[in-house]
Amino acid sequence: MAEKISLSDLNKTLTEMNVQSLEGLKIEGDVEIDLEMGAGGVGPLFAYYFGQEAAKIAMQLINFAKAVGYPVETLMQPVAVASAIAPAPKDLAAAAAAVPAFKVASALASAKFSVGTDKTWKHPIQEVTLGATKADGGSRGHVVKLGGEKAMPFFPDAIMPHAPKITMDVFDMPIGMAKAVKMHYEDVINAPGEWAKKAVKQFGADMVTVHLISTDPLLKDTPAQEAVKTVEEVLQAVDVPICIGGSGNPEKDPIVLSKAAEVSQGERVLIASANLNMDWEKIGKACVDNGHVCLAWTQLEINSQKELNRKLMKVAGVPRESIVMDPTTAALAYGLDFAYSNMERIRLGALKGDDELTFPMSSGTTNAWGVRESWMVRSPNKDDSDWGDRMLRGPIWEILTGYSLAMAGVDIFMMMHPQAVAYLHEITQSLMGRIEAKATDANAWLKMGV
Amino acid sequence: MKETSPLNLYKQLPQTNCKKCGEETCMAYAAGLIARTRKVEECTPLIEEKKYAKKLETLKTIVAPELKMIYIGVGDKQVKVGGEDVMYRHQMTFFNKPPFAYDVADNMEEAKLIERVKQITTWRKFYIGKWQYVEMIAVRSVTDDPAKFAACVKTVLANGNGFPLILCSFNPAVLKAGLEVAAKEKPLIYAATKDNWKEVAQLAFDYKVPVTLSVPFDLDGLKSMAVTFAGMGLTDLVLDPGTAPNGKMLQQTLINFINLRRAAVEEAQRDIAYPVMVLPINAWLTSDDPVRASYWESVLTAAFVIRGGAIMIKHSLAPSSMMADMHLRFNIYTDPRTPVQVKPGIYKVGSPGPESPVFLTTNFALTYYTVESDIASNNIDAYIIAINTDGIGVQASVAGGQLSPTKIQDSFNEAGFDWAGQKYPAMVLPGMAAKFSGELEDLFAGKAKIMVGPEDSGRIIGWMKDFWPPK
Repeated sequence: MAEKISLSDLNKTLTEMNVQSLEGLKIEGDVEIDLEMGAGGVGPLFAYYFGQEAAKIAMQLINFAKAVGYPVETLMQPVAVASAIAPAPKDLAAAAAAVPAFKVASALASAKFSVGTDKTWKHPIQEVTLGATKADGGSRGHVVKLGGEKAMPFFPDAIMPHAPKITMDVFDMPIGMAKAVKMHYEDVINAPGEWAKKAVKQFGADMVTVHLISTDPLLKDTPAQEAVKTVEEVLQAVDVPICIGGSGNPEKDPIVLSKAAEVSQGERVLIASANLNMDWEKIGKACVDNGHVCLAWTQLEINSQKELNRKLMKVAGVPRESIVMDPTTAALAYGLDFAYSNMERIRLGALKGDDELTFPMSSGTTNAWGVRESWMVRSPNKDDSDWGDRMLRGPIWEILTGYSLAMAGVDIFMMMHPQAVAYLHEITQSLMGRIEAKATDANAWLKMGV
Repeated sequence: MKETSPLNLYKQLPQTNCKKCGEETCMAYAAGLIARTRKVEECTPLIEEKKYAKKLETLKTIVAPELKMIYIGVGDKQVKVGGEDVMYRHQMTFFNKPPFAYDVADNMEEAKLIERVKQITTWRKFYIGKWQYVEMIAVRSVTDDPAKFAACVKTVLANGNGFPLILCSFNPAVLKAGLEVAAKEKPLIYAATKDNWKEVAQLAFDYKVPVTLSVPFDLDGLKSMAVTFAGMGLTDLVLDPGTAPNGKMLQQTLINFINLRRAAVEEAQRDIAYPVMVLPINAWLTSDDPVRASYWESVLTAAFVIRGGAIMIKHSLAPSSMMADMHLRFNIYTDPRTPVQVKPGIYKVGSPGPESPVFLTTNFALTYYTVESDIASNNIDAYIIAINTDGIGVQASVAGGQLSPTKIQDSFNEAGFDWAGQKYPAMVLPGMAAKFSGELEDLFAGKAKIMVGPEDSGRIIGWMKDFWPPK
């Protein structure tokens, strides 16, 4: 009987004949073959092909051995080797059938989508009324209501009782404005009453804000007594509820705003604003004494907001229905992320029951015009892509600043550009389902022209 | 990842404190996994040693994002889509900003096509110390002709600078023609619908590409399709629940997005937890006025950047829209956990010497980097003093009292700035802090001159020409 030879012996013999290696294949023991494999695993089809390959290699080796004069035939039986390694066709078919080939489903599964609401939202936001009609001792034609939400804005959990409102800025002296804004006010810049009328009649403002900036000691230092004449002028000119702002000077504002509160007694004005760095108590008390609403302004810090609200209620005695918060609007590209998340946290905290935060929010959206991208003619950075027409950039800056904060929970926006006002109205009303439009074909965009 | 306790992840780690990941302890590494600042792959023993195989599998399952993350494209321009864990950004952060895919169409004249592709791929803007770009190109088949679509895709690839693509058609033959050209670039295909899903599923399998499922305004239908695809082993999915550009359906659109995000991250409904596509391009179906359409597209973009859009197909290349949309996305996707302040103190820009000005600003990172970039990009050598305003910008800190003349005086003292060594001892106030100049003149009398700079640091270059050196 012929002597048997193992593959490893053959491999060794071949090595002695200067066959260095068999690429990708390591032969161990007699018949064990190890392959360097990926993570994919070995399916039956692969095994078949691998078997074929091994058989081919074996045949090649045998042929090679033969060629160099090794008496292969007497030692091994090539045909037997080949057929031992390669499976029969019948087995091959079975192996192929066992592979989980990709198969397109015969029909769509039938699934239902459902999702819950946020069960942690148990506390509504305080409803606040601005303005007073004759029946309530004022002279406004109508009132504006803020707050009352039971969910995040535009969420399906609960209907928003009131649409976000817009109060447009009016100043008691000419101020620097971006060109895109200024062009709308040039004719009224020295006449606050006319300015207010234009904002309401032409631009659709829900309210106007009279900013008494001329009282700033560093500007005109107008005495409070004189400055408040502008308030009377505006109250005469329009019959919408109004907001009265100071100059931001912490010493002067309490004096100016208290006086303004007196002359507008009974009109339920929004007094803007009380701040922890000034005599907030004086301002708070002026609101209480004259039946106004106090705007509580803090700077991007939720705990300061809680502190100020608490002090206004507990110390100054401002009732809950007479507080609106201004947690500060950092505009798009100038820290909007802080303003956005601060407001979103405040609103979520309020809905979850933090009663020091359950008040409507206001945004000084006009801050968008402080951002260079909104007003500069061109980029200071020469390598920027073209900034385009600034007359188009500015309004969109104000729109997106306001709109993103509307998503965070703002109830009332102080704004300037008429187009920004119009767009903010339109989008917030749309998301409340108040605007009808002809349905568009959901797929038409695929075929539209460029 | 729903897990919030590092302890539960620690259980799946080797617990050897080997420090190979760079952390002192396995517990610290576990905390990094919770915060998603560390990756499972960074624990090499866990990956390499067979005895940890089971722990590795368990750990991977725990830390997987609630909303599936998929990859589109190849190489360094590849985009990650989805992968979110929270409903509101302050709960941790949003991770993968939705890529903006701007459209081109297969009926465009070649020169115009190349021009538009170039416009998309070269657009950029500098912001907070970095260049910002848009990411993708969506190729629409208007002709419905496979050959024309393939030719268009070819041209886009040749000129597209590696930007990942979305191939858009409901015709499987058209998609196939596009895939023949572009499959190895791993594009996203748009879309499988109730009519063509069988053919498109086959394409997604054959070419190994992610696929969009489009079932407008029918979340039951969308979920059915997602379940069906997952059942076929296709899980690299993007969902298109429909984007209505206006009217009551727009309200419904936003509600759908909110509900899909809630299902994914708050209720762990894995069978619908895929990234969601938004089509702000639909704004162009509402108006023939390009300014109006472009503005409205930005408004739609903003809505869904904030509430759950994971990838967007857009149209307007108007600078006003591209800039506004990019910044909004940047702001919303900024990680609120990272500090936004620079260290207060004196900084050097360029090589300032005795003849250089000292510009004053706050330590709010955005403000500081803006001033720094405006000075550096105009090759001005200067000092900047960043005053500690608790990270509040100039305008707000002037109003709020965090920036004041005495604070400025203290800051220069703390920094030990050597006024005597300056040829023109002068500080340049931001224009928005101009009102401090009088008081500062008293505080710095005999030491330094107080100058009022521009209201925006972009105008420092012009200001230098007019006012520096001081007379």
